Amino acid sequence: MKILRYISGLIVLAVIVALNIFYPLPSMLGWQSDFLTRAFLLLLVSAVLCLFRILRGPTAADRAVAIDMLGILIVGFCAILSIPTGRDWYIDVGIAWALQSFIGIMALAKFMEGKDFDE
Amino acid sequence: MNEWIGGTLIVIGLVFDFLGCLGLVRFPDVYTRLQAAAKCITVGTCGILLGLFIFKGFSATGIKALLCLAFIILTAPVSAHALARSAYRSGVKPWGGTVIDEYDRGRGG
Repeated sequence: MKILRYISGLIVLAVIVALNIFYPLPSMLGWQSDFLTRAFLLLLVSAVLCLFRILRGPTAADRAVAIDMLGILIVGFCAILSIPTGRDWYIDVGIAWALQSFIGIMALAKFMEGKDFDE
Repeated sequence: MNEWIGGTLIVIGLVFDFLGCLGLVRFPDVYTRLQAAAKCITVGTCGILLGLFIFKGFSATGIKALLCLAFIILTAPVSAHALARSAYRSGVKPWGGTVIDEYDRGRGG
């Protein structure tokens, strides 16, 4: 039963990635926009995997790890989105997001360890 | 030429990101998940930011991308270390197939 679950999950993931790479998009803006759209969709698949681990992590530490990784992935989202849209402030959003995510994760780690916030 | 180099770096970063998230789902334990995900996703996002810098050149966006890359390289290992330490101190047991626990032995336990 376990091997059946693994194989079905592998097939679903492989179909999603293959559709993401080979499905023809109606591209009007040239190869750059097409390539960056596919890159953004692949990052979205990674974020959905992180959300799965947040949803059913057995302990609180699993959820904290997945939230940290999702915070770093969103910086990648902002970096990719700033190329085809031509708006430069997306990378500012990325810098601010990285800073806030770091401070929040440090506070969460101190809280899970059971200490006060002043070490 | 810059666009091809930047696109290649973005593709390398995407592969690292995707494999890191796959490790986050598939490994059996908090510590192994952290070990798989922290390094892979840090390298992947830094690859994407370096690709953005090579796309844009020495403009304002490119310099901001380099700044963001330096910040992520400095802070992601720190937060991963703090998470692993807090998970150990809050009593999460390692996986059953773990061979050695150096941190417990170092504390005299």
